[in-house]
Amino acid sequence: MKSIVAATLLVVFCFSAFAIDRAPAFEDPVQQERYERLARELRCLKCRTESIADSNVQLASDLRRQLRELMAAGKTDEEILNYMTDRYGDYVLYRPPVAPRTWLLWAAPVLLVLGGGIAAAVVISRKSKLPDTDPADPGLGPS
Amino acid sequence: MLKYLVPIGLFAVLVGFLYVGLYRDKQTLPSPYIGKSAPVFELPRLDDPSRTFSNRELAGKPYLLNVWATWCGPCRLEHGALLEIARRGEVPVIGLNWNDDREQALRWLQQLGDPYVVSAFDGEGRVAVDWGVYGAPETFLVGADGTVLKKHVSVMTVDIWEQEFLPLLQKAAKP
Repeated sequence: MKSIVAATLLVVFCFSAFAIDRAPAFEDPVQQERYERLARELRCLKCRTESIADSNVQLASDLRRQLRELMAAGKTDEEILNYMTDRYGDYVLYRPPVAPRTWLLWAAPVLLVLGGGIAAAVVISRKSKLPDTDPADPGLGPS
Repeated sequence: MLKYLVPIGLFAVLVGFLYVGLYRDKQTLPSPYIGKSAPVFELPRLDDPSRTFSNRELAGKPYLLNVWATWCGPCRLEHGALLEIARRGEVPVIGLNWNDDREQALRWLQQLGDPYVVSAFDGEGRVAVDWGVYGAPETFLVGADGTVLKKHVSVMTVDIWEQEFLPLLQKAAKP
């Protein structure tokens, strides 16, 4: 019984394991945390809907190796992301940069909520000015 | 009148977006290298690991760089087209053998024919990352001045060569 509990606890508490990497983790936990965060920012271009942290195709593993090497070489986050976009374009980033050609994309949620809100406000204010033409409910309320 | 114009207008915008989206190629990613100088590489040759090949050796000449591997199914489909392009001899075809097994790759060329002037062996995929390769087959056209003129992702055909590559090559050759 004890061993089952111990095994369960082990399974439950191994949440931070980076299972798909055969390479050793960074010794510094801060660097390891940074590595995992950057790996989640970068798209696996072979699998598209996965980050390179989630995918185990060869390309993702090559890009993770590249990421580890750039970090080991002391590059900043910005330099690393630039290295990737120089080669693969903005699509490699899960968060596209804010630039003139992506303004519509970034503004879309606000524009849609605003547009819907204005439409709703107009409809509600118009309808509320109409005389109440609902037929009275028979048998309910004072008559 | 305005009551109808607004929803119809919005609907027209939506249809416009959907129509454009219908014909957009969402699979092929544009290469950021188009119009920029091609990354320089130096790798062991596929046929002879003791010798290296660098694309510096091709300086001043246009060439085609084809990324291939034996694990890549579509590479088999385009092999005939590459042989034909190589036979025509308008540009030398260079192979970049990507994350592959050397013996299997050599056997592949023996069985299917070798369109490549030389194949570079990129066993760790470093050069492929440098070139922004995300899926084989990919084919790059590099001009005489070393700039990347065109990138084609997926199966290469003789038609694509004639219609999309050759005109660029001829345009680049004119002063």
